[in-house]
Amino acid sequence: MTLRDFWYCFMGVQKREWLRFWQQRTRFASALVRPLLWLVVFAAGFRMVLGVSILPPYVTYITYETYIVPGLCGMIILFNSMQGALSMVYDRELGSMRVLLTSPLPRPFLLFTKLLAMGSVSVIQVYVFLLIARWGIGVRPPLEGYLAVLPALLLASLMLGALGLLIATWVKQLENFAGVMNFVIFPMFFLSSALYPLWRMQESSPWIYQVCLLNPFTHAVEMLRFALYLQWNGEATAITLGVTLALSTLAIGGFRPQRTRLLGAHLS
Amino acid sequence: MEALGIGYRYRRQPVLQEVSFTLASGRFHALLGPNGAGKSTLFGLMTRLLALQQGELRLGERSLRRQPAAVMRHIGAVFQQNALDLDLSVSQNLLYHAALHGMSPREARLRCGEELERQRLTEHARIPVRRLNGGHRRRVEIARAMLHNPALLLLDEPTAGLDLDSRAALATHVRQLCRERQVTVLWATHLIEEIAPEDQVLVLHRGQLLADEPGDALCRRHGGISLTDTFNTLTREALA
Repeated sequence: MTLRDFWYCFMGVQKREWLRFWQQRTRFASALVRPLLWLVVFAAGFRMVLGVSILPPYVTYITYETYIVPGLCGMIILFNSMQGALSMVYDRELGSMRVLLTSPLPRPFLLFTKLLAMGSVSVIQVYVFLLIARWGIGVRPPLEGYLAVLPALLLASLMLGALGLLIATWVKQLENFAGVMNFVIFPMFFLSSALYPLWRMQESSPWIYQVCLLNPFTHAVEMLRFALYLQWNGEATAITLGVTLALSTLAIGGFRPQRTRLLGAHLS
Repeated sequence: MEALGIGYRYRRQPVLQEVSFTLASGRFHALLGPNGAGKSTLFGLMTRLLALQQGELRLGERSLRRQPAAVMRHIGAVFQQNALDLDLSVSQNLLYHAALHGMSPREARLRCGEELERQRLTEHARIPVRRLNGGHRRRVEIARAMLHNPALLLLDEPTAGLDLDSRAALATHVRQLCRERQVTVLWATHLIEEIAPEDQVLVLHRGQLLADEPGDALCRRHGGISLTDTFNTLTREALA
């Protein structure tokens, strides 16, 4: 196997994901409805209830809409990653996974490439959302922030994609999206700094505050928030990176096709 | 390909037991067995979707366990369940497979054109797979499996869901492929009528290989008037 083989394979997997994204653009567009509803409706309703003080990375008072935009970017990635991971082992993506896994290239490389390709599609959706938030709602981070947030978005996508793959492969009880939504997505989203600053949570319940701190999604959202405003949050980035490495190793190293529907129902 | 003492257990249940055979180069082999005989598990092992638990699979001098990349380069597979992306076009599906085998875009386009022409699918190249009928989809899967010029083509119940005419056409087509390109074929089926008397027949029943010889010779040896008759005798003997 030469480096050239790896490169063509890597690009082939990315290209396929982008093609699917383009071919199913209406489905992907409808996936933006959820974060936009939060941004337009939820934020309008809660603006008065949840006042936001000056807190880093912001240097002045901000609107509630401005505060929740990074969290909603995380939400897009979270939903996509879980849905994508379930598709990989249970439904729509089964065929492409069979083809992927019979490639002569090493399986860890193939799975990593696939996770990154799925993540890149989430990143495109996040950028569309950020543009709508800028022009439609007036949430205007610095223009350079859009570039600075790119590696952070990819890292968050990898972390959540690996988590999704790990759950989809090993937790049989969560083989449908409703289960994942109730037991993974909602707890991760609500027990994080996506919708409210953690100091508010600390005031209400120190116990829940500790849980929020243990939630890797909190750190992913903070990493996105700081990067979008051209600041570096070393702690959040280090935690997200560490969790990504751990989850990727577990998900990719522990991937077993016989625990999926790749070979049909009889072995699942 | 050579299988040596293949064994596989799923949740402590033996699915395959001491299965050994050799596939002769450039020949059509039919893997015959009822549903649940272990055919798909054997395919899973041969395509590396399942990890070998016991025994050895070799392609020439190379071991699938120790040199998976070198072996997988020479294997093409058509799965029982559809493995095409219905939203992508025929050529997009083929180019994806080519990339997974490390082909450059130029080489991939060239091979894709050749295979589609051979399968008489050139005019369908830009059509989304969703718009093709079952027979055409299977031919696209065969074109895809042949894209990297494999020495061994594995087909797991490829006629599942096809009408009678499409089934016959597909079998004729694969036999032709076998003759003209010297590809070794392993065709898994539970339909005896898909097997020709001259085909090498491997009978798999309850995870055990009961026979491995040409269909006509198998009938003669067991005194059966047809392959169906012989198959019934063999499986009855195995149960006794």
